[in-house]
Amino acid sequence: MKPEMEFFVEPSRCIGCQACYHACSECETHRGHSMIHIEYVDRSQSVQTFAMVCMHCHSPTCADVCPADAIKREADGRVMTARKPRCIACSNCVLACPFGVPKMMSELDLMMKCDMCYDRTSTGRKPMCATVCPSQALYYGPREEVEKLRKRSRIVNQFQFGEQVVTTKVNMVIPREAPSDIVDVTAAMHEPPTGRTITLNVLTQNGGG
Amino acid sequence: MAAESPLTPELLAKFGPLRSYPSGDRVSTMVDPDKLVQTHCCFCGQQCGIQLKVKDNAVVGFEPRDDFPTNHGMLCPKGVRRYLQGSHHDRLTQAYFRDPSSATGFRAVAYEEAIQRTASEIQRIQSTYGNNAFAVFGGASMTTEKCYLMGKFARMCLKTRYTDYNGRLCMVSAGVANKKAFGVDRAANAMADIPLAEVVWISGANVAECAPITTSYVWQARDNGARIINVDPRLTPLARGCDLVLPVKPGRDAALFAGILHLMIEHDWLDHDFIRQYTVDFDKAAAVAKQWNPKRTAEVTGIRQAAIEQAAEWWGTAKTSYLMHARGLEQHIHGVHNCLGSINIVLASGRIGRPGCGYGTITGQGNGQGGREHGQKTDQLPGGRDVDNPQHRQFIANFWGIPEPELPHSGVDCYEILRKVETGEIRGLLSWSINPAVSLPDSQYVKRMLSKLEFYVNIDFFLSESGRFADVVLPGSQHEEDEGVVCSTEGRVIKINQAVDPPGDAKQDWRIMQDIARALGRERGFTFNNPREIFDEMCRASAGGVIDYSGITYEKIEAQNGVFWPCPATDPDGRSIDHPGTPRLFEPGSWNSVARGAGPFYFPDGKARFHGIDYAPPTEDVDETYPLMLTTGRTVNMFLSGNQTRRIGPLVDQYPEPLLELHPTLAEKHGIRDRDWVTVESRRGAMTVRCQVVATIRPDVVFVPYHWGGEKSINLVTISAQDPYSKIPEFKVCAVRIRKSEAPEYASWLEPQQ
Repeated sequence: MKPEMEFFVEPSRCIGCQACYHACSECETHRGHSMIHIEYVDRSQSVQTFAMVCMHCHSPTCADVCPADAIKREADGRVMTARKPRCIACSNCVLACPFGVPKMMSELDLMMKCDMCYDRTSTGRKPMCATVCPSQALYYGPREEVEKLRKRSRIVNQFQFGEQVVTTKVNMVIPREAPSDIVDVTAAMHEPPTGRTITLNVLTQNGGG
Repeated sequence: MAAESPLTPELLAKFGPLRSYPSGDRVSTMVDPDKLVQTHCCFCGQQCGIQLKVKDNAVVGFEPRDDFPTNHGMLCPKGVRRYLQGSHHDRLTQAYFRDPSSATGFRAVAYEEAIQRTASEIQRIQSTYGNNAFAVFGGASMTTEKCYLMGKFARMCLKTRYTDYNGRLCMVSAGVANKKAFGVDRAANAMADIPLAEVVWISGANVAECAPITTSYVWQARDNGARIINVDPRLTPLARGCDLVLPVKPGRDAALFAGILHLMIEHDWLDHDFIRQYTVDFDKAAAVAKQWNPKRTAEVTGIRQAAIEQAAEWWGTAKTSYLMHARGLEQHIHGVHNCLGSINIVLASGRIGRPGCGYGTITGQGNGQGGREHGQKTDQLPGGRDVDNPQHRQFIANFWGIPEPELPHSGVDCYEILRKVETGEIRGLLSWSINPAVSLPDSQYVKRMLSKLEFYVNIDFFLSESGRFADVVLPGSQHEEDEGVVCSTEGRVIKINQAVDPPGDAKQDWRIMQDIARALGRERGFTFNNPREIFDEMCRASAGGVIDYSGITYEKIEAQNGVFWPCPATDPDGRSIDHPGTPRLFEPGSWNSVARGAGPFYFPDGKARFHGIDYAPPTEDVDETYPLMLTTGRTVNMFLSGNQTRRIGPLVDQYPEPLLELHPTLAEKHGIRDRDWVTVESRRGAMTVRCQVVATIRPDVVFVPYHWGGEKSINLVTISAQDPYSKIPEFKVCAVRIRKSEAPEYASWLEPQQ
């Protein structure tokens, strides 16, 4: 039996190249529209970027808040773009999604979102974004592969937003021990300019900070 | 006489660059493609496998190519959107003569008329001033067949010594260093060795933006527990995820490597057996390293001493490692020395020629490796032979069927060719797949020299900034309109397959070369019917050379998903063999055509060479008038001079115009805020662009990417100083000053890509 294929997002691999964003709009079901969100977290401080696909929640907030019952979750757990005959383009889902995923396509009067490349995955192919991603921050494959290859990481699919706990079909891959210091290039310079006290982890650990 | 056709709205409306977006068959979900063509991306040296969707002789989309072992379907944004360069509004489908009376600056002419005029101008210039008065510029985006034919065309048809190519801006420092240290110019390993390494050292390589898919190999190494060391004056997207960042001052790399070797010697982190058995001249390198204690290394490189010591310890104590570098190390007047410094620490560690033990430069251009192998470079003949070596000359002269004295000797590099235009020694130029008005440093000078030519013929598939200077423009072919091989960054020879036919009067470039040869009445040697015939001749020409392709066929490439050279047709005793290719060079006990069994390296004694090279500062150091260092580089959405990528709408939108990067402390000093207009000025020129205030760059350095032309070209500011050995220009460091500025005039009427 073929192992079950799952979707994994590992932000620490993302290099912000936007290959996923471009490739998404080449997908057959929504050609010309990219469903991916990719942003710098704070470009003034870091090159850290974050690519966001739909997390395909077990209990999708977007569907819960939809007054027209236009958003359906399939038997395999994927949450689809709003159904055109039902969608009233009210944007409730756009506002409510804790991950900020749905996109209101005003020219179509339709909410569209990532459906994990239904046309591709249903025929045994990988989603477009996870295929092209050159850092494999977006990955589609068996869970055992991820566990075997990414030994320094762990897999989570539960997220806390205030009172709300969200469980998702898509997994997030995070470092086992997450270093979280802000990194500034001047921290590793011979003569850092005065007035900034940010350090690099590696130097602090080794007494060079 | 050449001159620049003025940049007018009419010229831009006709030739662009305009942005193309998916429309029609390229956005429809109802199109059933006629075929999927397995080929490779037309951009960088990674040469990712890709499938092009073809409908009605047009490329309408792509499909990932999971089966290709280097990229497994992965692509960067350029690869994803590459298909939009076909069927483009700006595409040259006719030949043109420059015509100042036309509003666009050009008038269309029949292809044959353009060929005849080109031939008669070549004849006029050569009969008046001598054969060497006509020069040729080639490019490393072309297939190796075209690059081979270009070298042959320059020497045998035009009989000129002055041929060179745009790899001069890109690969040559690494190439020279590799030949000096190893006797052969190729990355020593396939990328598959990267994840096996305990330490990955990346110097002067913005991997995430310039070779994006290599990122996955580095991250896999990191997942396996490797330490990743990144040396760069900027925190690039890859650097963010590395274990140790060494923010080197531009131009100080040789000092850093000497300092690392110093610590390796001091702590005895050396492979004595390897050094004794497989290398020579360790003492020379050690004598230089002796002077580079950590304190001095820190002062000169601008890197904190503790970071240098940490890097040396990780590097010194690793059991496996992979060192890679790119233009950040190479584009300096000491580019060769910088590379040799890096090779010193590889050889001292003994970690080369084994699984997980690697070294290599990351190739920039699509055929950056293949383009420098078979003779379009001025000092080189097919098979990596030397144009001034008597035996090599005789071999190729015999092969081409010309008397050896008629084979021109080495000429000069492409920048020096322009200096010879200034002195009047060179009067005519033919250029192919190169955009010197954007890509060469100190570009005011370059443009003056292009204007001074008596005759300039430019062959390309879009009218580049350089094409605007041409007397004759000939429409060449795009990547997907021809077949042939290229050699990837790994040394893997792969096959480009034709997807569509050239439109209108556009021709495959080797046909244009042959048409000019015929019009000159010198068609002997230029009567090929297809690329396969050129390939077969090239492989035979390479036989017995260091870069031996003689055992490679199109079929073997297809069957093996590429073949790593050397791949000889015969064994050391001359018997026919089916050689599988050589993914990893320098394996213990391996045989090569130079050492002939004496050892794994490509010298008669089979041993690699250490070099006792010392650090020297860049051409321009900072002073009170020009207190900052300028460095240049690439962005992920653009490629080289932008002649292709500045016409692809979704790529332009990603990062539309160059931004000057500067650190907040520097910005504060000048009262500059994020997105302000800033003028950056050197002794040669100035340009004004918006800025990006970021903590990811050294405060004594500013960065501007180089993919734009005209007043948006940072090469108005860069310096044309060159490495004495490789002749690579010093793009990566010169002295500048900055000031807050007002919006320049161009901002009011040019689109971002123009």
